[in-house]
Amino acid sequence: MVPLWMFLAVAAGVFCIGAYGVLSRRNAVAILMGVELMLNAVNINLIAFWRYVEPLNMAGQAFAAFVFVIAAAEAAVGLAIIISVYRSRRSVIVEDVDMLKW
Amino acid sequence: MFELNAQSIAFIVFALFSLGGALGVVTTRNLIHATLYLILSLFGAAGFFVLLSAPFMAAVQVLVYIGAIAILIVFAVMLTRSMTRLSDIYNSQWLLSAIVAGLLFVLLLVGVILPVWGVNGTQAGREVSSIVTTTVDLGKALVDQNQYVLPFEVASLLLTAAMIGAIVVARDDKE
Repeated sequence: MVPLWMFLAVAAGVFCIGAYGVLSRRNAVAILMGVELMLNAVNINLIAFWRYVEPLNMAGQAFAAFVFVIAAAEAAVGLAIIISVYRSRRSVIVEDVDMLKW
Repeated sequence: MFELNAQSIAFIVFALFSLGGALGVVTTRNLIHATLYLILSLFGAAGFFVLLSAPFMAAVQVLVYIGAIAILIVFAVMLTRSMTRLSDIYNSQWLLSAIVAGLLFVLLLVGVILPVWGVNGTQAGREVSSIVTTTVDLGKALVDQNQYVLPFEVASLLLTAAMIGAIVVARDDKE
């Protein structure tokens, strides 16, 4: 069986690539995709730790299921906000959405 | 430590899917292609869940992430027509972001993962136990009043609130 640290290394890589996408992209939809990548990396970590460290305690899988729920809610609300902003400002570039900047 | 068998080959393939798809997501100019790369990356994660003997999680990953969220993102890309008119896909701080993300990865790998769970780490040699819990155990844990029934109900409430909120936010006020 593959050792645990390889799963953790791949998850860390996916998380950091997602973080780079969130920090550097200009399009709001692309930023949301980066957030999805980061949540997914967290899920890989949760399931890997569950399998290797506490396989009898269902906390790992239960937490991963809740992360799924959060990801679905976040995607739905985030995309609704993006569509609403696009309707009023004709743009999905995050730098253009600065009404709250004083 | 790392012998080449079917499991390790599958791990390498899924790791390539995950990391390559993730790289495609953050570097592709066309957002539809980026979504397809996202689906590839999520599929790699679903393969990991199968390798880690969590079949329910793999099924949910395919159904919820690939089936619902990726399609939702495709809809958003189409509705905002955002893929045609972007001359710059990165903002002015992209170099700083790349350095920060790279440093974070090195820090995680060298500072946490390898010293603790690596080959000579303090928690090394942790092998997979032969006991495999099934989806039935997960289902019982989620509705057991001593375990996760309250977070489960709160999650249901959160999903309902998010659905209503998404409808309200995305609705056109002029209609």
